[in-house]
Amino acid sequence: MSNVVQSPDSATVEPQRPWAVKRAVRATNAGRLAVFAALAAGITLVTPLANADGWALAFLVVNLTWTIAVAVRLGAKERRDAIVRVVVSSLAFLAFVPWLSIFVSTALKGYKGLYPGYLFNDMRITSYDDELTFGGVGHAVVGSLIMVAIATILTLPLGILSGIYLTEVRGRLTFMVRFIVQSMAGVPSVVAGLFIFATVVQSMGRYSGLAGGIALAVLMLPTVSRTAEEVLKLVPDDLRSAGYALGARQWRTALMVVLPTVKAGLTTAAILGIARVIGETAPLLLTSLNTNGFMWNPIGGTLGSLPTYIFAMFMYGSEFSVARAWSGSVVLLSIVLFFFVLARRLGGRSEKRAKAGVGKAARTSVGTK
Amino acid sequence: MTTVETPTPREMTVIYSRADRIFRGIVTAGALTSLLLLGLIASFLIFRSAGTFREFGLNFITGTEWFSDGFREVGDESRPDNSVFSIGPMIVGSLVVATIAMLFAIPLSIGGALYIEFYAPRSIYRVLVAMLDLAAAIPSLIFGLWGIEIFTSFGVRWATLLNDRLGFIPIFSVEFENFGRSPFVAGCVLASLVVPITTSVAREVYSRTPRDLIDTCYALGGSKWGAIRSVVMPYGRSGVIAGAMLGLGRALGETVAIYLMLNLVFKYSYQVLDSTGGNVASMIALKFGEATDKEISALIASGLVLFVITLIVNMIASNIVQRTTPRA
Repeated sequence: MSNVVQSPDSATVEPQRPWAVKRAVRATNAGRLAVFAALAAGITLVTPLANADGWALAFLVVNLTWTIAVAVRLGAKERRDAIVRVVVSSLAFLAFVPWLSIFVSTALKGYKGLYPGYLFNDMRITSYDDELTFGGVGHAVVGSLIMVAIATILTLPLGILSGIYLTEVRGRLTFMVRFIVQSMAGVPSVVAGLFIFATVVQSMGRYSGLAGGIALAVLMLPTVSRTAEEVLKLVPDDLRSAGYALGARQWRTALMVVLPTVKAGLTTAAILGIARVIGETAPLLLTSLNTNGFMWNPIGGTLGSLPTYIFAMFMYGSEFSVARAWSGSVVLLSIVLFFFVLARRLGGRSEKRAKAGVGKAARTSVGTK
Repeated sequence: MTTVETPTPREMTVIYSRADRIFRGIVTAGALTSLLLLGLIASFLIFRSAGTFREFGLNFITGTEWFSDGFREVGDESRPDNSVFSIGPMIVGSLVVATIAMLFAIPLSIGGALYIEFYAPRSIYRVLVAMLDLAAAIPSLIFGLWGIEIFTSFGVRWATLLNDRLGFIPIFSVEFENFGRSPFVAGCVLASLVVPITTSVAREVYSRTPRDLIDTCYALGGSKWGAIRSVVMPYGRSGVIAGAMLGLGRALGETVAIYLMLNLVFKYSYQVLDSTGGNVASMIALKFGEATDKEISALIASGLVLFVITLIVNMIASNIVQRTTPRA
């Protein structure tokens, strides 16, 4: 074996990765798992273990047994490493299964109730256990959007202000504010609902979408504040210094340099907040209740929403109403997913921009770094 | 010999212009809204529940009866109001369900976080992280729906098995063999609801482990498990504890999922497979619909108890998070 010395002018050298898993090894591993899966299926057929959970258990046991059987020939260190690998993977598998199951079962159970008019009809002239080709969820979507809009209008400015306080002003209360925001994130949603009931609903004398929106705002504020802070932290200090060096006061620097740089990030903060509260049920059961028809007035009385629609349909308990609950869940999950993907796309972009320091404002008023 | 004079740093004073002072004032006021809001919630709950606490005293926390004596006009003294309100079993129920949830959630979260950070193929790393965030955004109502319609059949089988094999241990004994609405099954659903939250916190701290420490471990001949055990786990311990506390706060305050999963029974019960249970939050939602004025006050008092419990749990959690988060 000779030492290969690359001459300086040779073509680019492919980096060697001797530790990388070879394709053949990967194929063997996949094949082994497939065999184990089949074996586990066999075990579920002949033993009392049954169904998906029985199969999963059999699979994990088979996998662990194999690992131990192979590992006895290894040294103590490698043996422990191999066993831990299987245990950790199994735990992770168990942790992920419920969410997968939720997505799959919602889709499977919910698609029956979906028809073209589902998004645009309401339940005013449809009873809860009518055939699934009548009625719809339009009023609930409208109600949810109204309340979420109210919550966003209330929390976005406050969240941004507290973000600016924590990153720009950095007053004496920084620790305190951060601590309170963190603790507020844990206020149970039903308590927020009770609070708004005792204040807004009782003083207005009726349940309303406005009350529901304010209750959602209480739950949304911590998410928005925290995300806004995270986003503002990404703005490089050079931009601020540049602002000051050009003679801008703090307020001008903050409002005209820092904020525009993270515009997309702040939108992300709002969207994450929306995704967090749009499915909240408990506070709405105490503040806005439910309606069966379209309703556009946030202070005119009870206002329907997707979560309360699903809740009411499920509690009604007939075959068709439960199917409606699942269809409503499909709509709700889709909305959450939509906002979520939107937030990620915007967030990814703004993070890159802030890191590069090439926000629009940075280019136009301060010059590119 | 000449003494060397070390230059003292210049005094730097910042003079804010009037516009700056106004700006800082507005921002500070905005930031303090959260504080104000938290204070308002606390004081309103205390104010509105004072009557209940005055009437029932400590018995409100320890008693086992919830009885509303019906509606009456204001000032109607024609028949005595025999309402009794107390939430002892619900507090215990909250703790029982949350404990079961955390018993499942903590190992699963640590396993999930370690897997994502250190075992998962790089190609699916980003997908897993995105999935994790998304899972944390699934509404608890849908968890409840899934729990009762899909999970219960699995949960009942495990519960039956536990009862069959370990029924001689008091907590696994039952009075009636009806496992569907037991704290055990509800706890499992609650665990799957909490796992995304605790996992993402744990993953976050694990991912911040200094890379050179891990590499050092490998260079010394350590295996992956060796690196995890001696570097990653100790480094992330406080973060994992904080995540678990956040999850616990969530589990204690969960409303609809428990509302759908459990029968509320006002009886102290330690039998986790028996179909008795409940928690404070779901009781509030259940009793709210047809509550009298007096009962509303009692519900607000229950809310206050829940608020205090979760606030303490969360304050401990956020304190740990703040102490261990490196300052930017």
